[in-house]
Amino acid sequence: MIPQNRKSKSTTATRKSNGEEYVLRLYVTGATSRSRRAILNINAICGEHLEGKYNLEIVDILQNPALAREAQIVAAPTLIKLLPLPLRRIIGDLSDTERVLAGLDLKSEPRV
Amino acid sequence: MSAHRLKLFPKNGIRKCLTGIDGLDQISEGGLPEGRATLVCGPAGCGKTVLAMEFLVRGATEFNEPGVFIAFEETGEELSQNAASMGIDLPGLCARKKLAVDHVRVDRSEIAECGDYDLAGLFVRLEAAIKAIGAKRVVLDTVSSLFSGLANVNILRAELRRLFSWLKSKGITAVITAEKGEGKLTREGIEEYVADCVILLDHRVENQTSIRLLRVIKYRGSMHGTNEYPFLIGSSGLSVLPLSSLRLDHKAPTQRIPTGVPRLDTMLGGKGFYRGSSILVSGGAGTGKSSLAAHFVKAACQRGERALYMSSERSTDEVMRNMRSIGIDLEPFVKRGLLHLCALRPGTFSLETHLLTVHNLMKTFNPKVMVVDPITNFVSLGTHAEVGSMVTRLIDMIKSRQITGMFTSFTSADSLPDFSEVGVSSQMDTWLLLRNLECNGERNRGLYVLKSRGMAHSNQIRTFVLTDTGIRLLDVYVGPSGLLTGSARMTQEAQEHAEATEREQRLKHKGSELKQKRQQLEARIASMRSEYELEEKSLLTDVHEMEMRGKQIALGRVEMSRARKADRIRGNGRGPA
Repeated sequence: MIPQNRKSKSTTATRKSNGEEYVLRLYVTGATSRSRRAILNINAICGEHLEGKYNLEIVDILQNPALAREAQIVAAPTLIKLLPLPLRRIIGDLSDTERVLAGLDLKSEPRV
Repeated sequence: MSAHRLKLFPKNGIRKCLTGIDGLDQISEGGLPEGRATLVCGPAGCGKTVLAMEFLVRGATEFNEPGVFIAFEETGEELSQNAASMGIDLPGLCARKKLAVDHVRVDRSEIAECGDYDLAGLFVRLEAAIKAIGAKRVVLDTVSSLFSGLANVNILRAELRRLFSWLKSKGITAVITAEKGEGKLTREGIEEYVADCVILLDHRVENQTSIRLLRVIKYRGSMHGTNEYPFLIGSSGLSVLPLSSLRLDHKAPTQRIPTGVPRLDTMLGGKGFYRGSSILVSGGAGTGKSSLAAHFVKAACQRGERALYMSSERSTDEVMRNMRSIGIDLEPFVKRGLLHLCALRPGTFSLETHLLTVHNLMKTFNPKVMVVDPITNFVSLGTHAEVGSMVTRLIDMIKSRQITGMFTSFTSADSLPDFSEVGVSSQMDTWLLLRNLECNGERNRGLYVLKSRGMAHSNQIRTFVLTDTGIRLLDVYVGPSGLLTGSARMTQEAQEHAEATEREQRLKHKGSELKQKRQQLEARIASMRSEYELEEKSLLTDVHEMEMRGKQIALGRVEMSRARKADRIRGNGRGPA
């Protein structure tokens, strides 16, 4: 899915399920190709692995620098898993699904 | 920085941005390159953050250039606390929009990397902070944290390069700090792309005391001092102490100031020391070095000048008591704020710290004369060369402020007087040597001027005594076998006195003899005269009698002829022929 409203916070999925809810935030910088890739990737991963139990918010830090400071964002894109604890940050365009899943504690670390 | 200093720096060439840090602006000949990035590297605890912080704070307060501090290691709160210890009110500066502090936390444990990324988050935050206060200066402390927090070195390098060129394009003067690496300036080789100016800080421990050193390794398009300069972090921030102010251009005042001992002034061309000169007073134990220094200080205070007396051996109380015993009461001057007595134990701090103490005292107290008594106590703190360099800088400091400085130096009794004390005697303008003159089983104090640049001075060795009223130089007494001192001198004096008395007596005696002779002569003359007078008298009487008789005879003849009615006799009394 292409982010249509990246000018501000945009909630793309708010469906609830009885399982553990994942609160995710993806910080991107405008409509760069890297940002687009990251948004596509996270949506695909969430759709496949967290169907119905996630809350993803996409934040454009170019629009909201204060939010970048608040969330201690250094790199972009950065995906933050606020819940369930522990807090995790995944930086990059999220192109490696296995690593993203490991980062979200959905799978064990795929390190060889 | 004073206006005349600024003039020294070339106008053409690259533009510079004054740091306001004591000494650093001198070494860098005007500050850091404006609108460019300067790398400050060094091992942990060498003072990188302090330097960076001071650069920002002074920029904001002294040059009206707001600054952004991006702290990778400390939180804003920690920074505020650290800054407070240097007397900087960080929250206040932030509130007045002079400064902005952003703590950027990079915690590897909670970060996973997945694919391609950039440091846009940092850029965005930096830009927002710069915009918010109109910053002209930026500090990134320390970028090494980024490398420890993020794994992809290639991305980091590329992004940092982009960051620095971005800062440059904005015309921001940046200070970037980085950890020193093995065999490299920085662990990550950042110096390769932040290349306009590189400052290396170091931190060494020698003889159990630590020294901080600063060196400008590289400065594109500018001259700079290349030495390692000691620097200190004190309560008033960081100060770099250039060995000398790079240029040897002190003014040389011709004004003279008394030494406090009038007869010593006479020895120094009649007027005493030059103002702003350095004086070395060397001598063995108990030769009266401190007493001489006390005289000097007292004279200055009496002229109403401020004096700084640094004792490295005795407490201030002891100094005052000891000086009172020779009639010098320093207490009133201390009370009037003219004299600052300061006792420092050399071993407590490093040479550099001591130098800073002196430096700061000079700045705050602004003395006209100063005394370090004795300077030789600092020798234990470093090698000969280090102490020499400290003294050089000390002399440089006093000369640039036109303070007249007296340094006493302890020499052991058997060392040659010319044996260079602390290796600095050549830097001194005047060298007074105090010596114990041992002869005839006693010790006396002698003083002479070994050298005194730029003035005629006496070559005489003078003896002096410490009296209740201070140092008194005695008359020169040269006997048949050289200078006489002490009791030999007294014996000679007594002997001469005796001789003189005798001479006088003899003269008196001769005088009375002469008088007597004259009296005798006069008596004889008188008696002879009376004898003569007597004789004269009787002779005269005889003559008279004879005359009388003659007359009577003649008269008798006249009477007779009258009676005989004889011829008239012609004449009187004469008979006929």
